[in-house]
Amino acid sequence: MNRRESLKVLGLTTISTAVLLEACKPGDDKKIAETAEAAGSEAGREEWEVERDKKLKAEKFFSAHEMATIGLLADIIIPKDDKSGSATDAKVPEFIEFIVKDMPEHQTPMRGGLRWLDLQCLNRYEKPFKDTSYAQKIEMIDQIAYPKKAKPGMEQGVAFFNLMRNLTASGFFTSEIGVKDIGYVGNVPNKWEGVPADVLKQYGMEGV
Amino acid sequence: MSEFQIKKSSAVYDVVIVGSGAGGGMAGYVLANAGQKVLMLEAGAYFDPRIDAQQLKWPWESPRRGASTTRPFGDFDASYGGWKLDGEPYTQKSGTEFAWFRSRMLGGRTNHWGRISLRMGPLDFKCKDGLTDDWPITYDELKPFYDKVDRLIGVYGTVEGIENEPDGIFLPPPKPRLNELFIKKAGLKTGVKVIPGRGSVLTEALPGNKDRAPCFYCGQCGRSCKVYGDFSSSSCLVIPAVKTGNLTVITNAMVREVLTDKNGLATGVSYINKKDGMEYQVNAKTVILGASACESARILLNSKSVAHPGGLANGSGIVGKYLHDSTGASLGGFLPQLMDRKRYNEDGVGSVHIYSPWWLDNKKLDFPRGYHIEYWGGMGMPAYGFGGGTAKLNGMVPGRDGKMKEAGGYGASLKDDYRRFYGTSVGMAGRGTAIARETNYCEIDPKVVDKYGIPVLRFNYKWADEEIKQAKHMQETFQSMMHAMGAIITSDIPGADTNYGLEAPGKIIHEVGTIRMGDDPKKSALNKWCQAHECKNLFVVDAAPFVQQGDKNATWTILALSMRTAEYILEQKKKQNI
Repeated sequence: MNRRESLKVLGLTTISTAVLLEACKPGDDKKIAETAEAAGSEAGREEWEVERDKKLKAEKFFSAHEMATIGLLADIIIPKDDKSGSATDAKVPEFIEFIVKDMPEHQTPMRGGLRWLDLQCLNRYEKPFKDTSYAQKIEMIDQIAYPKKAKPGMEQGVAFFNLMRNLTASGFFTSEIGVKDIGYVGNVPNKWEGVPADVLKQYGMEGV
Repeated sequence: MSEFQIKKSSAVYDVVIVGSGAGGGMAGYVLANAGQKVLMLEAGAYFDPRIDAQQLKWPWESPRRGASTTRPFGDFDASYGGWKLDGEPYTQKSGTEFAWFRSRMLGGRTNHWGRISLRMGPLDFKCKDGLTDDWPITYDELKPFYDKVDRLIGVYGTVEGIENEPDGIFLPPPKPRLNELFIKKAGLKTGVKVIPGRGSVLTEALPGNKDRAPCFYCGQCGRSCKVYGDFSSSSCLVIPAVKTGNLTVITNAMVREVLTDKNGLATGVSYINKKDGMEYQVNAKTVILGASACESARILLNSKSVAHPGGLANGSGIVGKYLHDSTGASLGGFLPQLMDRKRYNEDGVGSVHIYSPWWLDNKKLDFPRGYHIEYWGGMGMPAYGFGGGTAKLNGMVPGRDGKMKEAGGYGASLKDDYRRFYGTSVGMAGRGTAIARETNYCEIDPKVVDKYGIPVLRFNYKWADEEIKQAKHMQETFQSMMHAMGAIITSDIPGADTNYGLEAPGKIIHEVGTIRMGDDPKKSALNKWCQAHECKNLFVVDAAPFVQQGDKNATWTILALSMRTAEYILEQKKKQNI
C-alpha cells in the first residue's frame, strides 16, 4: 500500500485532509470523501451499542431547572477567557445530560447535589442557586470549591462540586473548543522524529 | 423455533480451526497458503480494521467522549467484548477473583492489544531455580519461528544482547518522547535498565508486503489500524489467508464441543450459529483449537465421550490446571518541570517507545523470576476523565505567581491550571512472571450454562507470596524511579493490605497454561508439537500450551508456536501420520 492508497483508506477528516492533500494530486480529495462516507459512522460498532446510544439520547434526565443550574455552575468552573469560550459554549451541559444516562452512578450524586445546593441557597438567600446574585453564587461556591479548607457541614457540597468540576472539565476539554484550547495537536498522520531540538535543549536532554 | 435439529454438513475440510486470534490466525495463514482446505470458526462478528477501526476519531465524536462505559478500554477501543459478556457468564470458587477478558470478533484480542512483542528467553523455557516445570522445547528450537514471525509481521526494537531478552529481526524503534527521556535518565541513576521498546508496528515498510502501509504515528494501535500498520490477526493473517481461496471463515459460530469417533479421534466440531440460532456440525480431518487459553480448555472439558469420559485430551486430568496470568501493578504521578510545556504532536506509535526488561539477579531478592516495566505519559488526546486530578495537583506546586495556592477552585485560574498541567503525567506498570500452579485452575461449573446451553467455566485462582513480594518490589522500584526523575507521585502508594497494588489475576489479559505441553502424558495434555497425547489429530495453538510464562506477554510466543505446529501438521499430513 503506498501513501496515497493509505490516505484513501483512512477516510480522512477535514482537518487532516487539509494537511495531507498537499501530498496528493488534485482530484484525490473527492475519492477520499467517498471512502469516508461509504464506511459510515456506525462501522465498527456493535448493534447493541448503537441501539443503546439511540435510547439514551431519546431519554431526558434533568429538568429545565436542573439544566439551568448545571449551565451556571459549568460556566463558573470554566468561564470564557481570552483564549477560548466557556463551558456552555462547548455544550458541556448537554454532555452532562448524556453522561449521567450513560453512567447512572452519577445520577443521584448530581440530582441530590443540585438539590443540596438549592437548599443551602434557600436558607442563606431565600432563593434557589440559579436565582441568586452573582456575588451570592460565588460566596456559596467558595464554601465548597476548596476541599481542604471547607468547613464542617460542607463536605457533601464539596463532593458534589468535585463531581461537577470533573464532569465540566471532561466535557469541555473533549469538545472541539477544548481540544484546541489545551493545545492537543495530534490525531493527524505525520512522521514522529522525536522531541524537537529546541525542546531537547530547554530540558537539557540533548545527550540522553 | 418450530423445528429443532442439528444441521450436519457432508463436506470434510482438511482442517477446522476454532478461533481467529493470534494462534488461530497464524495456523490458518500457514495451512491455507500451503493449499489445505481450511474452515475457521469465530464466535464473534466480522471485523476488518480497514473498515471498522475507530482510528482518527476525535473525542467529541463519541457521546461519552471515549469513556469506558461500554468498552473496558474506552469507546474507540477495538474490542467487541470485555470482562463481562451478556449471556456468557463465568463463575468463581472459594472467594477467588479471576477476571476473564474475551473479544468476540475476527482477530480476537489482537485488534486492540498493546503490540508489545517480546520473545521469551532461554531461561523462560528452562528455568534454573527448579520452581516450575520445564517446557518440552528450548528457546533454540523456537528461535527459527520467532525469526520467521518477525519477518512476516514486522517488529521494531534494538539489538541489545541481553541473555534472557532475545533480540529479533528488528525495524527501527520510534524515538523516545520527552517524559521518556526523563525516565531514561532516571534509569541511569537507579540502575534500572531502560531500552527502546519492541512492538509489532511498521516503522518502515515491511519488505515484500504490499497490503500493509507503514505507521503514520497516530498512537492509536488500540483502535486497530486502517492501513494495517500494526499487527492484528484479522488484518495480517486471516484476511490475507482468505485471499488464497483456501480459507473459509464463518463468524458468529460459537463452538460447543469437538466431535470424536469411537476410536477417540477428532472428526469435527459442533457449533451454534448465533445469527440463526441453529446447531451445526462440520467435519474435518484435523481439529485445531485457538479459542484462547480458557475457552479452548472449556471446549475440551465439554467434549466428553465414551473414549474421553473426562473431556477430550484430559486423561491426565490436567486440562484447566496451571492457569496463570502475568502479575501487574502500577504507579502514577506528574513531572512538575514539564508544566507549561511547549505543544507539539507526540502521539508516536501506539505501542511502547521504551521499556525496562528484567534487570536484576534473583539471588539477592526474596522472590523468584522477575518483571518488565512499561511506561506512559505525555500530551495525549483528551478523553473522558481529562483533568480529573488537576484540582488536587494545583495545591501541590506553586502557581504562576510563585505562591502556593489552595487545591481545588474554579474559574479562569482553574482553567489556566488545566493548561499548565497538561502533558506532565508520567506512570509505570510492571508485568511479571506468575508461577504456574496446579492449584490455580478453571473447570466446568457443574450447575451453570451460558445462553447457548454450554456449561461455563468456574475459576479458582489465588496469588501466593512469590507474586505478592514481586509486586512489593515493583512499588519500591517505581518510587525510586519517580524520585530520581523529580516526579511527584499522585497515586496512593499501595501497601500490604492491597498486596501492593497487585491486580487480580486475569486483569493483565495474559492468561496461559490451561492445556499445557510436556513429554509426560500423565503431567501434560499436549506433546511438544502442541498435539494432544490422546488424540493425534487434535492440536492447540493459543496460549493454553504454555508450560510457564516469562515476564513477557504471550502474543509473539503464541505466533511462533502456532506457526511451528502448523508446519508440523503439514509434515505429518505428508507422511500420512494424521
